[in-house]
Amino acid sequence: MTPHAPAPRPDDVAAIVSAHLHLEGPLLPILHAFQTEYGCVPENVRPAIAAALNITAAELHGVMSFYHDFRDMPAGRHVLKICRAEACQSVGSDDLAASALARLGVEWHGTTQDGAVTVEPVYCLGLCACAPAVMIDGKVRGRMDAARLDAVLDEVRT
Amino acid sequence: MKDFIIPWDDADMGTPAREGPPVTLTIDGFDVTVPEGTSVMRAAAEAGLQIPKLCASDNMEAFGSCRLCAVEIEGRRGTPASCTTPVTPGMVVHTQTPKIVKLRRSVMELYISDHPLDCLTCSANGDCELQDMAGMVGLRDVRYRAPAGRDAANHFRTRDTSGQVNPAYIPKDESNPYFTYDPAKCIVCSRCVRACDEVQGTFALTIEGRGFDSRVSFGARTDDALASDCVSCGACVQACPTATLQEKSVIELGTPQRSVITTCAYCGVGCSFKAELNGDRLVRMVPYKHGKANRGHSCVKGRFAYGYANHKDRILNPMIRDRIDQPWREVGWDEALTFAARRMRGLQDRYGRNSIGVITSSRSTNEETYLVQKLARAVFRNNNTDTCARVCHSPTGYGLGQAFGTSAGTQDFDSVAHADVVVVIGANPTDGHPVFASRLKKRLRQGARLIVIDPRRIDLVKSPHIRAAHHLPLRPGTNVAVVTAMAHVIVTEGLMDQAFIRERCDWDEFQDYAAFVADPRHSPEATAMLTGVNPDDLRAAARLYATGGNGAIYYGLGVTEHSQGSTTVMGIANLAMLTGNIGRPGVGVNPLRGQNNVQGSCDMGSFPHELPGYRHVKNPDVRAIFEEAWGVPIDPEPGLRIPNMLDAAVEGTFKGLYCQGEDILQSDPDTKHVAAGLAAMECVIVHDLFLNETANYAHVFLPGSTFLEKDGTFTNAERRINRVRRVMAPRNGYADWEVTQLLANAMGAGWTYTHPAQIMDEIAATTPSFAGVDYALLEEKGSVQWPCNEAHPEGTPLMHVDGFVRGRGRFIVTEYVATDERTGPRFPLLLTTGRILSQYNVGAQTRRTENVVWHAEDVLEIHPHDAEVRGVSDGDWVHLASRAGETSLRAVLTDRVSPGVVYTTFHHPDTQANVITTDYSDWATNCPEYKVTAVQVRLSNGPTDWQEGYNAHAERARRILAAE
Repeated sequence: MTPHAPAPRPDDVAAIVSAHLHLEGPLLPILHAFQTEYGCVPENVRPAIAAALNITAAELHGVMSFYHDFRDMPAGRHVLKICRAEACQSVGSDDLAASALARLGVEWHGTTQDGAVTVEPVYCLGLCACAPAVMIDGKVRGRMDAARLDAVLDEVRT
Repeated sequence: MKDFIIPWDDADMGTPAREGPPVTLTIDGFDVTVPEGTSVMRAAAEAGLQIPKLCASDNMEAFGSCRLCAVEIEGRRGTPASCTTPVTPGMVVHTQTPKIVKLRRSVMELYISDHPLDCLTCSANGDCELQDMAGMVGLRDVRYRAPAGRDAANHFRTRDTSGQVNPAYIPKDESNPYFTYDPAKCIVCSRCVRACDEVQGTFALTIEGRGFDSRVSFGARTDDALASDCVSCGACVQACPTATLQEKSVIELGTPQRSVITTCAYCGVGCSFKAELNGDRLVRMVPYKHGKANRGHSCVKGRFAYGYANHKDRILNPMIRDRIDQPWREVGWDEALTFAARRMRGLQDRYGRNSIGVITSSRSTNEETYLVQKLARAVFRNNNTDTCARVCHSPTGYGLGQAFGTSAGTQDFDSVAHADVVVVIGANPTDGHPVFASRLKKRLRQGARLIVIDPRRIDLVKSPHIRAAHHLPLRPGTNVAVVTAMAHVIVTEGLMDQAFIRERCDWDEFQDYAAFVADPRHSPEATAMLTGVNPDDLRAAARLYATGGNGAIYYGLGVTEHSQGSTTVMGIANLAMLTGNIGRPGVGVNPLRGQNNVQGSCDMGSFPHELPGYRHVKNPDVRAIFEEAWGVPIDPEPGLRIPNMLDAAVEGTFKGLYCQGEDILQSDPDTKHVAAGLAAMECVIVHDLFLNETANYAHVFLPGSTFLEKDGTFTNAERRINRVRRVMAPRNGYADWEVTQLLANAMGAGWTYTHPAQIMDEIAATTPSFAGVDYALLEEKGSVQWPCNEAHPEGTPLMHVDGFVRGRGRFIVTEYVATDERTGPRFPLLLTTGRILSQYNVGAQTRRTENVVWHAEDVLEIHPHDAEVRGVSDGDWVHLASRAGETSLRAVLTDRVSPGVVYTTFHHPDTQANVITTDYSDWATNCPEYKVTAVQVRLSNGPTDWQEGYNAHAERARRILAAE
């Protein structure tokens, strides 16, 4: 199953946008709200956001693309982030990642066929002492190897 | 050909100039004194010490991203960026320590590690700041190389060293017709993004991604340059230090080697440009940094749309024919001029001295216009001279002349940077006057507030980072009622500036006026039914204008092109006097002139009742000046205006016309009447670049020269006299002033001008407001704003500073009188007309450039409600009919226009929007009422019979006999 973008109704879009307009710097809170509600910031809500904030499509794109966690499409049910920063690389995170991707049958940023897991690179989780590190659904796990990672994946997929 | 020697240094100072108390510091041992707030980089540049830089430019705020401009400052740690570090008293700066030199070289080495080394074949070769800076920091080697057989991180190779496709490589974007975006050459300095934001104010560019993935992006991810919000002003191209954003003309023709400063020939902003050439081949037009109207900015028309000069449609040889149903015959200049002169003189012999006349052009230079009206007055010996200003800003001349004493705007464009409240009435600056709009938007982003009075929701009402405080969407034709209602609010709520009025204006007239506007029938509530404007909004807008600080009014043809155009201009002048918004920076009454030299053509005595300098022909003392200069008696009776000429032609008393650089058939209202008038004449001489629509009715065609091919001056909307300089020889053989002189001499005038400077000397000698103007002064100052005379030897940026030119400012009662053009059951909608960014006027020039990618045809904007009841969908052909005529065009559904109002442009002859417009006109000046026509719209399946008949006739009329 490949995820497809949700298509929120215009009323819902307007409600989310207007709920944040009173804030100073409302753009990031609005993007977060969409991400929370729909798992992503769908392409088709962006004109409404830009119009409400009186900014251009370009500016919105600049902000969205700066933060890797804002998504165009919803992620799988679980998100696995594998650290590729220097400390983790030095103790084998490249091999760890390769085996995880191979096992799940996806590329970086890909989601498994059953929609269960999305795999993303991350550059430092602040857990260098316990490298290689990963993060699964927001929780960090250290001292990973292929077997432990398989266990983690089995744990969340069951 | 002598290039203009630039009196100023053209160097980039790195960061913008500041104003403030002086601060003295030491840079590399030199003492430098600069205003407080100046950057160290700029201070060094002032001292003649250039600090290497990539991301800084003096037309935008410092950004501090390239790290190349690092310096050492005694007593401070590290190596701060000189662009973002302001000077402090006694600061000691070193720009060339060994540490700095090494640092800069390393920074540059990193830049070059991700940049192709194809300098010799690069389109920016010789015009590349990256190249210059690499040289300046002494880069000799790049140690970072991709290891063999591995994917290598760079953005410019299509494949990496392992042979794999490089995912970071993005191919060139060539979608814009005038420039390319080549991401492979980009160093991500953000100058283009900042130029688009800060200078142009369109915000069409962004940096997408972060870190190594950062790329310049037009619009959102799926956009290319053409699909984005980009308006092709060229600011990003100019800002780009590399070949990333590059003019296609430079790619094709190579780096230009010489430049000439000249003035754009499009709108009334009058931007200064550097025409950059190789030999006589124009490579590009670059906005001139020291141009006082544009301050280094430009729009798509001036910057790029000059290709019409070499368009295949341009006519380069004179042509004649006996009757207009014959094909044209190409002849030599002598034969054409003899033919024309003999015919014109013959008409005068048969039908009387007053049977012929001239129309001067608002696109030609002051000198050319002066000669054409002189031709009428001194050679034809009548006052039958008029100009296309008749159909645009004649009410401005009349209205402001009556109220203040001068027929011109009161400010310079720099003034907008000091405005606190800006009122835009009947103008669409982002499309019609884009460079002024950018300067206005910059001020609005700084916090100035905006009031828009326009039937249509123009872009300024709401566009990125701009939002009008008030938009009053009035019904077309009710300007006077709205302006008077604003005055009502100001007077009845006691918001006027009594001290100003007592000191500067006629107090008795003010009291009459105050009593008039205070009448409850002028209140916003009383007139709301008529104008359609919410009374609360109108009151709030009036209060804001009266009390919000410096209030500046900018208006356009939406004010003047009405049956009460002159009255509205006077009403606007009243508002400014009521609130004391005259005579200092940031205030004033400013007409946005449509064409490059509308102001000048009016100044030069183009009107039938006025000799140069707005002096009536009935005054014997004024006539005496010209009679002495020209050696002929001058007719004391005013001549015919354009509409009178056409009426007289239909009646059979007006027979011959010399029309320079204007297409009255397309631009003047009620096309059928114009055509009938022209067809009734026996000698129509059209002097133009192209066989325009008027030429379909002409007997003589004299090929014209472009602004690039002649010397002269244009006077812009701020009264600024700018030099036009010849950058190449006229392709048709003669500059336009020479052609007029040849025609005059063929009629026995005996003129002997050899350079336009001599014509300007004659103008200065006869016209007080130009008394101090000569070409030497223009060379020295760059430009001057008239009046320029003994009292103001360097010109006059602000008018009416210590008192009005006429003495005391005059309040004029502005009674609203509804136009006779009314909606009714047959014609229930109101049509109003305007223009769009990429096209100019009748489109004779811009339609012959790549600008057509943005606007290939005129369309009708209609509100979805009005469209729905007529069964019209977006993109449908619709039939547009008025009492005067009918045409067909495609519909666009939009809520920019209110229900009951439709809108179109008049750039394309296929549509001929002026078939629809009526011959109602301003009561004082005959300026046509283009902006209000009652119409009906219905579905149709293509062009009307009239359009097809017209096109067939035009095609027949344009036939040229093959050379034998």
